[in-house]
Amino acid sequence: MNKKNPVREHILKSLQLGMRPDGRALEQYRNVEVTYGVSKTAEGSALVKIGDTEVIAGAKLSVEVPFPDTPDEGIIMVNAELLPLSSPRFEAGPPGIEAVELARVVDRGLRESKALDLKKLCIKKGEKVWAVSVDICTINDAGNLFDAAGLAAIAALQDAVFPSYDGTEVDYDTKTTEKLPLSKTPIPITVLKIGDYFIVDALQEEMASVDSRLTVTTTADGTICSLQKGGDVAITLADIDKMITLSLVQAKMLRKKL
Amino acid sequence: MGNLLVEERTVVVPGEKIAEGLDYLPANGAYRKDDFILAGRLGLLIMDGRAVKIIPLSGRYMPKRNDVIIGKVIDVTISGWRFEINCAYSAMLSMKDATSDFIARGADLTQFFNLDDMVVVKIVNVTSQKLVDLTTKGPGLRKLYGGRIVLVNCNKVPRIIGKQGSMVSLIKNATGCKIIVGQNGAIWIDGEPKNEVIAIEAIRKIEQESHISGLTDRVTEYLESKCGKIQMPAQEEQPQEEQ
Amino acid sequence: MAYTKRLDGRKQKEFRQITAKAGVIKNADGSAYFKIGNTVAYAAVYGPRELHPKFMQDPSTGILRCNYNMMPFAGMGNRVRPGQNRRAKEISMVTQKALLPVVDLKEFPNAVIDVFVELPQTDAGSRCAGICAASIALADAGIPMKDLVSAVSVGTVDGTIVVDLDYGEEAYDGSVADIPIAYIPSTEEISLLQMDGEITKETLLEALEIGKIAWHEIIEIQKNALKEKYKVSGEENE
Repeated sequence: MNKKNPVREHILKSLQLGMRPDGRALEQYRNVEVTYGVSKTAEGSALVKIGDTEVIAGAKLSVEVPFPDTPDEGIIMVNAELLPLSSPRFEAGPPGIEAVELARVVDRGLRESKALDLKKLCIKKGEKVWAVSVDICTINDAGNLFDAAGLAAIAALQDAVFPSYDGTEVDYDTKTTEKLPLSKTPIPITVLKIGDYFIVDALQEEMASVDSRLTVTTTADGTICSLQKGGDVAITLADIDKMITLSLVQAKMLRKKL
Repeated sequence: MGNLLVEERTVVVPGEKIAEGLDYLPANGAYRKDDFILAGRLGLLIMDGRAVKIIPLSGRYMPKRNDVIIGKVIDVTISGWRFEINCAYSAMLSMKDATSDFIARGADLTQFFNLDDMVVVKIVNVTSQKLVDLTTKGPGLRKLYGGRIVLVNCNKVPRIIGKQGSMVSLIKNATGCKIIVGQNGAIWIDGEPKNEVIAIEAIRKIEQESHISGLTDRVTEYLESKCGKIQMPAQEEQPQEEQ
Repeated sequence: MAYTKRLDGRKQKEFRQITAKAGVIKNADGSAYFKIGNTVAYAAVYGPRELHPKFMQDPSTGILRCNYNMMPFAGMGNRVRPGQNRRAKEISMVTQKALLPVVDLKEFPNAVIDVFVELPQTDAGSRCAGICAASIALADAGIPMKDLVSAVSVGTVDGTIVVDLDYGEEAYDGSVADIPIAYIPSTEEISLLQMDGEITKETLLEALEIGKIAWHEIIEIQKNALKEKYKVSGEENE
């Protein structure tokens, strides 16, 4: 992208005056809304709105054979689709690199924080475990999909209940009241650096002018459980310090919406 | 021998019966089926004598001859520039329509317009295949420097401009921003960043509330709440920009 | 034993409760949300826009392209692996055929009108719900259309003609005919007709007559969704 293009120039000029294209301050989030249970066919689901960005996450549970190297642990899997219905820039077809990155970033946040106690998902060691699949689908992309997706994923897991299981077959029509063994709420916050300025909750047009971005996933006690740097430009240690500090503040705010 | 089934100035939907009998004629967006005139699109019903017209409320921009629009350069070729004009079709500006100056063969055309430049252009021709030709020779047609572009529903452009430019002038005077409204729904705004945001919010207000009466008062009220009392100059000139 | 009382207590000719909204996806040129019973469909229309690849372009008219997809968690049982399976491909095609007769794309040569249908939750009748949502979305996008298209299934369960079969009825342990249909009210023509099950010609024609009433009622709901969004759109004479 042409670094001297007029859109980027204007964004920088505004940032210098402390303003974003929609009038927000640099460290200001748009309105965040979480709605639970939006899909009755999912075992757990949530719709997250951040400004005009809308993302749905659905969690499905099934009984599977555990992985050979973790015979007493359940399985968690995260998949994401940037649906063409949510933006003119997405095409129909298998997930591209943007969707893959999003899924893997959310996955790492959930997995590395050990938010889900995988040992408690074991039914019979070496034979049967519960597998949790989280599918993230975008409904409207108005920027900051990473944060919306991460929030939706954890909300869907919070919403989830086990279906009935008689030892042989899962009965999806009969839900139990038993919730998933969830002990933490990992939340990703993506901080962008454009020129010398740091912003959160980026709009799509700000994403297009990004120099570098850092997605920091943290749990309630401030432990960082996942990091992802994106963008073409390298960042300094001071940048990283600043970006992590920013994300901790924002994660606290976002966590309150759950 | 004819009966209007729907009140004028209501929103009609595709397939809706608008008139009965042979007295009426289907014009833009309406069609005849047996004894009835039906709506052929979503829009506002307007009667023009006996002609039934449906004014679109939504829909992407379709290029029209003589429209003054704002486009973005997406390609620089040997003989001219290709523009994105916020619709399904791109448009060409050839060297001869760009300037009366002599341009040597093989000259670097980027010195005139480069990639990502925003330019106020006029459509000189649209073929049946929707090939669009542009010109920048004419008053007000020029490259834009600075500022930002917002895209609006092109069907709301007349409301945003207002009668004889009154609405856009209101916004310009209140916010002190330069504003150029393209017929293709691309609007250029240039001013203090916080005033630009106010201007954009006023424009979005018009876009969303154009159907509720008292719009001018509400927009004035909004602008005054953000910018203070508005001074309207006595006589408003009509520069080319406002078309 | 004849099926006289429906599983969810509905009357024979009653379709499930519908919620329809227009303009729910900001980025799209037109969009809609259509919920019938527990089946929910989003539809988004993008277009007319440039069509790639170029060899698909038609210089005489715009092209209508439909893409139907169920989200992985939208099925009544197991998770469905994402990606367009054969069923989705077929439904995408019949959706396009259902909508094509009403749209007029002559003024968009070489361009495409893309229609995307996504379902976060289903309980049978998903392709019909998708078509209803897509109709609203196309009108919302200002596409020239001679009418909206309405759709809901008719069929028989153990000899009883019913309208809008839900999952329980489709899977009923007995004789079932499940017939999804799309209907153009102004011409009384049918643009989608498929069937699973067994039925006689006489019963089929009877079911279609019963369906007519439902399709006419549903189209009013679709029309109201559009009118609700655009309310009283009066241009002021200032």
